[in-house]
Amino acid sequence: MASVRTARLLTGSEAVANAMRQIDPDVVPIYPITPQTPIIERFTRFVADGETSTEIVNVESEHSAMSAAVGSALAGARTMTATSSQGLALMVEVIYIAAGMRAPIVMAVGNRALSAPINIHGDHSDGYLARDSGAIQLFAENAQEAYDLMVMAPRIAEHPDVLLPVLVGQDGFTITHSAEPVELLPDEAVRAFVGEYRIPAPLLDLSAPRSQGMFAMPDYYFELRHQIAAAMERAREVIEEVAAEYEELSGRRLSALEEYRLEDAERALVCMGSTAGTVKDVVDELRAEGERVGLLEVRSFRPLPIERIRAACSGCSEVAVLDRADTPGGVGALHAECAAILCGSRARVRGHVYGLGGRDLSPAEIRAVFAGAAPRYVGLRSAS
Amino acid sequence: MSRLKTLVANERGTPPLAGGHALCQGCGIPVVVRTVLDSIATPKVVVGATGCLEVATTRFPGTAWNVPWMHVAFENAAAVASGIEAAYRALARRGALPQDDPITFVVFAGDGGTYDIGLQALSGALERGHRFLFVCYDNQAYMNTGIQRSGATPLGASTTTTPAGLESLGKMQRRKDMTAIAAAHRIPFVGQAAASHWYDLSRKVEQAVAAGGPAFLNVLSDCPLGWGHEPKLFKSVLDLAVETRLWPLYEVVDGSYRITYLPKRRVPVTEWLALQARFTHLQRPDAEKIVAEIQRRVDEDWDRLLRRASSDAAATEVS
Repeated sequence: MASVRTARLLTGSEAVANAMRQIDPDVVPIYPITPQTPIIERFTRFVADGETSTEIVNVESEHSAMSAAVGSALAGARTMTATSSQGLALMVEVIYIAAGMRAPIVMAVGNRALSAPINIHGDHSDGYLARDSGAIQLFAENAQEAYDLMVMAPRIAEHPDVLLPVLVGQDGFTITHSAEPVELLPDEAVRAFVGEYRIPAPLLDLSAPRSQGMFAMPDYYFELRHQIAAAMERAREVIEEVAAEYEELSGRRLSALEEYRLEDAERALVCMGSTAGTVKDVVDELRAEGERVGLLEVRSFRPLPIERIRAACSGCSEVAVLDRADTPGGVGALHAECAAILCGSRARVRGHVYGLGGRDLSPAEIRAVFAGAAPRYVGLRSAS
Repeated sequence: MSRLKTLVANERGTPPLAGGHALCQGCGIPVVVRTVLDSIATPKVVVGATGCLEVATTRFPGTAWNVPWMHVAFENAAAVASGIEAAYRALARRGALPQDDPITFVVFAGDGGTYDIGLQALSGALERGHRFLFVCYDNQAYMNTGIQRSGATPLGASTTTTPAGLESLGKMQRRKDMTAIAAAHRIPFVGQAAASHWYDLSRKVEQAVAAGGPAFLNVLSDCPLGWGHEPKLFKSVLDLAVETRLWPLYEVVDGSYRITYLPKRRVPVTEWLALQARFTHLQRPDAEKIVAEIQRRVDEDWDRLLRRASSDAAATEVS
């Protein structure tokens, strides 16, 4: 695009609140929780100043936030909300239902560790908790991506082939509270990009009364639940379509998977979220030192770009997968999935858990991961 | 048109809740639902909590509902209604919905979905002032899952989680006063009604809908299976709950209490207990104290309600 662009210094929260202002959703049920709170604070100020005409519903819990969102989205109103950590944990019951009822809610997530001990900083445990809900889950690398994904999200969620909730994750504090240059699209461009909200069967259409959220026994449950999986499969294509259209508008391509210097890589690292930014720097350094390394940044955790991960790693002999959430007694979720995807390939797949409760992952530790010299739990102090 | 004729007319053609559902014979729930919905003149949108009504009327792919109906989960019916009502306001404001035909939003939940697991969402929605009518069909236990004790289960009732036994006389706690809890939210209309008293219920619904804010109706509804009575005793058992003053019919309009039905004579609570198998164990000699306690509390609650209503009436006269 030839037009002059101006970047503003914004935190991830402010960037996302601005995306919401530009989208101007009909209804936003809100409940505060760190580190997501600045999103709803900034957004309600926009509403208070008349910059959007959104109906804010100040609910009494995240459970009610997601419940009100399901009611609103299926009533026929574009609906967004935001949460983190324990709030997302409280919502999980209703996120499954939102997916099952095909409610295209868009939710910003400030990803944060789960209790106990209580902790307010970033990791992906909350997102992993909603992994199998049927909600689409995207992870941003920085504030710009959080903004971009938030603008793309309604198009993905509301696509007639998809109709699923979309969670747009940004790492708590690392992104939500850190100011970076963020380029906002013009308001009209965003409005035109997201378009009108349309769903197949709005509850408030009195001319065609429908029952929604019915009771299904073994004779139908399996088929109805499988429709989510089918919609997820279709979402892979929709995400790329929307990404391509968004690229035309913004010049930025946010694909489900970003392959960074993987062309001839022997060793690859797979991760999500803000860590990808640090890994890119380390990859550049190692490349300058002559190492054939690269990064697979997973932007879409659900649907996971399975075929693309397989293709991207086809030339690698070693793949290290970083999970920013633990699975006590099991194998890290992203690790296990990559291992399954690469089963039969020549790559040896390793898994590491890192960064729980907001612990930083240093460039030196990333180097150790690439070198195969890092323990399973990277950055964990020894018990001694 | 008389109230009865209006209700009958609204049942004709396409009734909001059609027959052919799977609710039990003698169950008070469909009576409550039909009386409530047939008393509302505007288009209606119904939200249901998980429970007997939901399970028995919406087994996929069939539905007994001829009005838009939504169920999401057990504890969140009031929150779901909040979202729908907010959507309605947002869309109406943007001109995306016709504004000349206002919609009435009605929630139906059992006592579990109201007194217990649904209380937080209900309280939040009442406090926020959403324009909807929340109707609790209170049959005094978790009937859908098989008669487990709830916060609405009365003292002395045997349930599957407070069974009467050699060392047990059933539930040993009083039921909570949900109607008073709703009234404490200072919403425009709160009412207590019974499935047996259709006229009183219908009038309260009309008033609730006209109140212009959140409204709450607590409606006593029997459960032949859970209470242990013949289905044909549906009306008698509910009538007796009202006549014994165990379940007073009253309303709280803008904070002012008014009793809407005054039983003519004092009927001992034992007459109500005697009709139900869940209280059979209270006929044991060791249960005398509990029965006396139940009666004492019924009298005490009634007297308190009477005093409250009298003083509110006097205050109205003075002002």
